[in-house]
Amino acid sequence: MGLLGTGILKGLSVTLTHFINTYLEDLKYLGRKAGVEPRPLRRQSPKNYGLVTVEYPKERLPLPENFRNIPFLVRDSKTGGDKCTSCGICAKVCPPQCIWIVRTTDPVTKRPVPAPKEFYIDSTICMNCGYCAEFCPFDAIKMNIEYELADYGRIQEMILDKERLTKPDTYHAAIHPTDWAREQAEKAAEEEKKRQAEEAKAKAAAAKTAAAPAKPAAPASQQPNAPPQA
Amino acid sequence: MSETTPAPATATPAKPAPKAAPAARHAEKKPAVTLATMTPEMNAVQQHFGEVLIQPAPFEGFLVTDPAKVRDVALFLRDQLHFEMLSNQTAVDYPAENVIEVVYHVSHISGGRPLCFKTRVPRDESVAVPSVTPVYPGAEFQEREIYDMYGVRFSEHPDLRRILMWEGFNGWPLRKDWKEAYYEGDTKPFDSRWPGGHHKLAEERVPWADNVNYPPGFDPNAYVSNPDGNLYESMLTGTNGHELSAPEIDIGADTVVGVEPGLKTDQIIVNMGPQHPSTHGVLRMVVRIDGETITDLKLVLGYLHRNHEKIGERNTWLHNIPYTDRLDYICGMANEMGYVIAVERMMGIQPTERAEYLRVIMAELTRIQSHFWAIGFVLNDLGAFYTPALYFITERDLIIDLFEAVTGSRMMCNYMRFGGVARDFTPEQLARARELVFERIPRAIDELERLLSDNEIIKARTIGVGYMSAERSIAYSLTGPCLRAAGVPYDIRRADPYSIYDRFDFDIPVLYGGDVYDRYRIRVLEMRQSLRILEQALNQIDQTPAGDIQAGKKAYNHRVPAGQTYARVETPKGELGFYLVSDGGQNPWRYHVRSSSFINLNSMREMTIGQKVADAVVILGSLDIVLGEVDR
Ligand code: SF4
Ligand code: SF4
Repeated sequence: MGLLGTGILKGLSVTLTHFINTYLEDLKYLGRKAGVEPRPLRRQSPKNYGLVTVEYPKERLPLPENFRNIPFLVRDSKTGGDKCTSCGICAKVCPPQCIWIVRTTDPVTKRPVPAPKEFYIDSTICMNCGYCAEFCPFDAIKMNIEYELADYGRIQEMILDKERLTKPDTYHAAIHPTDWAREQAEKAAEEEKKRQAEEAKAKAAAAKTAAAPAKPAAPASQQPNAPPQA
Repeated sequence: MSETTPAPATATPAKPAPKAAPAARHAEKKPAVTLATMTPEMNAVQQHFGEVLIQPAPFEGFLVTDPAKVRDVALFLRDQLHFEMLSNQTAVDYPAENVIEVVYHVSHISGGRPLCFKTRVPRDESVAVPSVTPVYPGAEFQEREIYDMYGVRFSEHPDLRRILMWEGFNGWPLRKDWKEAYYEGDTKPFDSRWPGGHHKLAEERVPWADNVNYPPGFDPNAYVSNPDGNLYESMLTGTNGHELSAPEIDIGADTVVGVEPGLKTDQIIVNMGPQHPSTHGVLRMVVRIDGETITDLKLVLGYLHRNHEKIGERNTWLHNIPYTDRLDYICGMANEMGYVIAVERMMGIQPTERAEYLRVIMAELTRIQSHFWAIGFVLNDLGAFYTPALYFITERDLIIDLFEAVTGSRMMCNYMRFGGVARDFTPEQLARARELVFERIPRAIDELERLLSDNEIIKARTIGVGYMSAERSIAYSLTGPCLRAAGVPYDIRRADPYSIYDRFDFDIPVLYGGDVYDRYRIRVLEMRQSLRILEQALNQIDQTPAGDIQAGKKAYNHRVPAGQTYARVETPKGELGFYLVSDGGQNPWRYHVRSSSFINLNSMREMTIGQKVADAVVILGSLDIVLGEVDR
């Protein structure tokens, strides 16, 4: 153990090293890239041995691309419509069940139309798990990177409806470049496949409606909307 | 049942194919039951106790047909078959058969799969089960929890009170017919969300509203001191059933521990917490003190209770993964790993190689950052405010920056999936992980040791404080670093290996002091072993194909075959187990979390008696609990 107090002195030398390193780091950055490399990056660098304070909210840590917070819906800028088909998968995988979707039904045929009529996310309940974005088969819902969401109200402000949820796909492309690139790469092949599938489906559907016009409200709409009692 | 509130008059009206009621659901699946195969241990028990008493149980373990014999069986298992530790104890409700099954898992300290045995009591609370606390003192909190959640009484339990719910709570919340506040349906997903999901606030849409209901004769307005009064009184008079509470103590007597004879002193009761910075969350320690010396201690839990297990039984299998992050929120991915391994075991699937490596990398990084955090905060508890803690948080931040980059969230990672993980590391992220593991963290640990290990003040404050012997630690089901600091090299990664830990070359460090100082040092040693695992994993991961992170097709609607399993992993806090029962449906029938933080607290009382008040804080810190996991 040695002399009493040597342990403490050894510890204090560590504190002193931190103190000195902090100034050395500052000097290094002064000389080289003052103002070029902001503090947040230094704080995140494993090479930095000084103590760095990121002065939030003046400075912010850069967010990684995968960062996720409350989701948003993607609007297809080509068609101007929602990418969402109201398939309901996101509502099913959502662990706290905070996604609410009203499917559109064609007023004439009473068949479901692949577009949501209403779409709500209760952001007070959303746990930011990212499942909706992960399991959506149409890349129609993505996780946002905004995190300063505090507000005064609970209902108007926090229960996001379709309008407030929808963001153009250019926004998605800007915040998720890798994901967007993957989407674009898949798109050609996907679209090709989809078109073929749709053609086949249209043919089949046409044949079916011609053959059996008596049962128009087949599987998809069998649930007689069990909404809460009005 | 009298304790359940009446069924909502407005619940979903007649529907063509209503979701079967839980009881019906279970009854329907009944024929598929397979009986457990007899193991040598079970044969030994059977020979000793006779066939009538012991039967193979459905799926796993054996059934003790006469509940009155449970303690004898436990004693036999401990003394003759050397199952020294009670790993897990819980209950399952089967309303269709009108029974509640109490389930025990016992383990050898030397390793191996745990042995499971069960007993069944009627749901009407007419039969009490003999408490196994005389055999396994670690059952104390677990039996209280079973009593609290299921209403199963345990005879001769030292202190059978509610533990997570308060005294004014009516009903047994984990029974299948209990409906919680804002109850919407037995299982998710709820039909109201799609395709006609007009949003409605919870308080407007459900008939259950706040669902408050008091036990008969309970007047909430009169509730001021009564139940707490009992608690205080039992502590003052030493009538709370513990042998260790030195029953000869009475108030003002001169036989009190640590007091000079002849000096008449009063003992007083002091509440520490629930809102107290030293309790690492909302934990209340009620201590009886004599001057500065603690003569008795009781923990009051449940301030963070949200009935994680009930939520888990409403959820689908997939929904539960992000919820496990919220158990011990410091080590989210370690919890996820335990849960996905349990479900994978039931589904009979294997994750891909690369996913296994990624899981191990994440789990070990989690261990390192959790230990940094634990050590930093023990120092805080000792009075070294924030300087050391912040040095370690700097390192921890580098690790969770990596978590954030890979998974999208710093703590609520939601990274593991059944059969794989959610995302692969990019090459840059792997490079960053290597930089941390090979360069940064080893230096940080060296520095940590230089800063603390020889510090005379720390040694004076921690050596010999909060001592617990190896035997008592095992008896109390203490697991994790605290057990290993008491001289028991018990680590699930070696004792009951899971994932690919059998591939790596690493040691289970063990120290023999059993005090706060060794609990600190063991964490340092474990971080170094974690680094060893990480070095190997990061070197080997390149042999696996990038992007191959999910076995089979990614699905969201898993059906888990009927059955049950107890899977456990070594988290930074100790043994985390998941006891799952499936009836073959989309939702777990039973979802039980064997939480190490919760069970480790069992031993807190014995560790603190005779210590100073200021040391109680340090002892609690050295146990490294997280209230999210304690209260669930
Ligand atoms: S967002 Fe995606 S998953 Fe959700 S309903 Fe629309 S298309 Fe389906
Ligand atoms: S992020 Fe998770 S909780 Fe939030 S809406 Fe999506 S699925 Fe639901």
